[in-house]
Amino acid sequence: MRKIPFVLGVLATLAVASAHAKDVSLLNVSYDPTRELYRDINQAFASQWQSQHGDKIIIEMSHGGSGKQSRSVAEGLPADVVTLALAYDIDVLADRHLLSQDWQQRLPDNASPYTSTIVFLVRKGNPKGIRDWPDLIKPGLQVITPNPKTSGGARWNYLAAWGYALKQPGGDEAKARDFVRALYKNVPVLDTGARGSTNTFAQRGIGDVLLAWENEALLVQKQLGKDKFEIVTPSISILAEPPVAVVDSNADKHGTRAVAEAYLKFLYSPEGQALGAKNFYRPRAADVAAKYPGLFPPLKTFTVNELFGDWRKAQAKFFNDGGEFDRIHLER
Amino acid sequence: MRTTAHVSRPVSWQRRALHVLLILAVVCFMSVFLLLPLAVVFVEGLRGGIAAFIDTIGQREALASMRLTLLVAAIAVPLNLIFGVAAAWAMTRFQFRGKALLGAFIDLPFSVSPVISGLLYVLLFGAQGWFGPWLEQHGVRIIFAVPSLVLVTIFITLPFVARELIPLMQAQGSEEEEAARVLGATGWQMFFRVTLPNIRWALMYGVLLCNARAMGEFGAVSVVSGHIRGLTTTMPLEIEMLYNGYNEYDHIGAFAVASLLALLALLTLAVKTLLEWRYSDQIAPHTPGGH
Repeated sequence: MRKIPFVLGVLATLAVASAHAKDVSLLNVSYDPTRELYRDINQAFASQWQSQHGDKIIIEMSHGGSGKQSRSVAEGLPADVVTLALAYDIDVLADRHLLSQDWQQRLPDNASPYTSTIVFLVRKGNPKGIRDWPDLIKPGLQVITPNPKTSGGARWNYLAAWGYALKQPGGDEAKARDFVRALYKNVPVLDTGARGSTNTFAQRGIGDVLLAWENEALLVQKQLGKDKFEIVTPSISILAEPPVAVVDSNADKHGTRAVAEAYLKFLYSPEGQALGAKNFYRPRAADVAAKYPGLFPPLKTFTVNELFGDWRKAQAKFFNDGGEFDRIHLER
Repeated sequence: MRTTAHVSRPVSWQRRALHVLLILAVVCFMSVFLLLPLAVVFVEGLRGGIAAFIDTIGQREALASMRLTLLVAAIAVPLNLIFGVAAAWAMTRFQFRGKALLGAFIDLPFSVSPVISGLLYVLLFGAQGWFGPWLEQHGVRIIFAVPSLVLVTIFITLPFVARELIPLMQAQGSEEEEAARVLGATGWQMFFRVTLPNIRWALMYGVLLCNARAMGEFGAVSVVSGHIRGLTTTMPLEIEMLYNGYNEYDHIGAFAVASLLALLALLTLAVKTLLEWRYSDQIAPHTPGGH
């Protein structure tokens, strides 16, 4: 009986302690090639938050094809923040009232703290002599790119090719359609995600050229050796802007809005931008980019908004059922 | 087996050669298709040395995936054991309408692709699904959380125990059980002293198969998991995640976790072999009236 006050005392102490240093957990639902980036970001942000607020933060990650991840969040995956490959995959969530329609105006730079572009990864010595987009439609060449129906990176690849053809002197829709059709004739296998395609090309040795995110191409070079692969930067490519957003309804339900917003703002901070560059994403901050001379060669780029209006229009025209991409496949 | 023991005719060299050839063929086939891949898993896992192996397995996500896999199996297997015995009992001891239909339904998880099984649960419990809005209002999370992993695993492994028991219980018939009841045994006494001893080997085999599949299932679990590392990734999902990663040690990690999963499977095999060896005298099949 004498033990009861003691037990109560211990319980009270525990309760006070847990109320004081509360553990916050945050779920970031992201696309495929960001695993390495967010491993770094999460560590840095958690230690910064803990030193400033005293709360311990655990950031959980979920990675997969961007389109598939977006569907999972729509089906109830409780993401506090989404960091996906393209704006349309977040627009879909806004249409389901998971976040507000103006999400892309809530953060600077179209809510894309880092950018990338689409480049070519070829085998050492560039045996097929690939220099620019027209080389990709040579008969007999094998081009590796994922399926635009499931992969965000693949949609950027597709639009980059279309945009290139459109931007040529005398280029028009019909010519762009012919070019893209010829390119996809050279694709032997469509993986579901960018990482899958990378492994098909790099680990399984299939194909002559991989259409890839620049960050993914640089990562492969770093991990698997510069003696095995070369990066070819084309004359012109697309400015890929992978966006980030707080999922309002989930963050409010979990009471994590403040942390979630701070987490995304951290991506724009000098430290966040530096970690982005370290993981081969082009930083928005010019002074950070300047610290990596030669890593991100300058190239002419065009944006989705410039050529296609916005991502909703691009999605409807090219990738929805019965769109341009489906028509290529019906004709094959 | 019994007949060969009594054969006393001299065996011709052609037949002996055929024996040797057949055995060699089987051994070669097994080596190429079973042992070699198994060896690759362990060799790749240990490529960075024992220290790296232990290090990768000790990662938070890897440990969590092991706990989750064991938890899912620990819930799904006992439930399917109970269901399997009940279903087999109903199918072999009772006559009722729709029995054939029940039999067909027990096989459903075998005939449906695991991916479809997973999608069915998303359609039922997802935010857009039939029960999604109600569940959300009441703060119950099923899909993209542990409950959905348990549910799809139960669904996928549902037929194993029942399918092992039904043919056996059909063959055995119910005479012994009826005799027990006539002699005054209660229902439970009859079950534990007559039925269970008769079916225990088939039951064990069903449970082992059920357990192996529960721990190894990928497709269905992948659809409902949400792939939150450290929370909803079972070992097979974690292996894929690591295999597709380019972080330091990811490659070793994939094979390290894979070799643990293989070890778990080998362990169940070992338990089964041990039990069979220990009780080999009792395993002789119980045929009706055959003892």
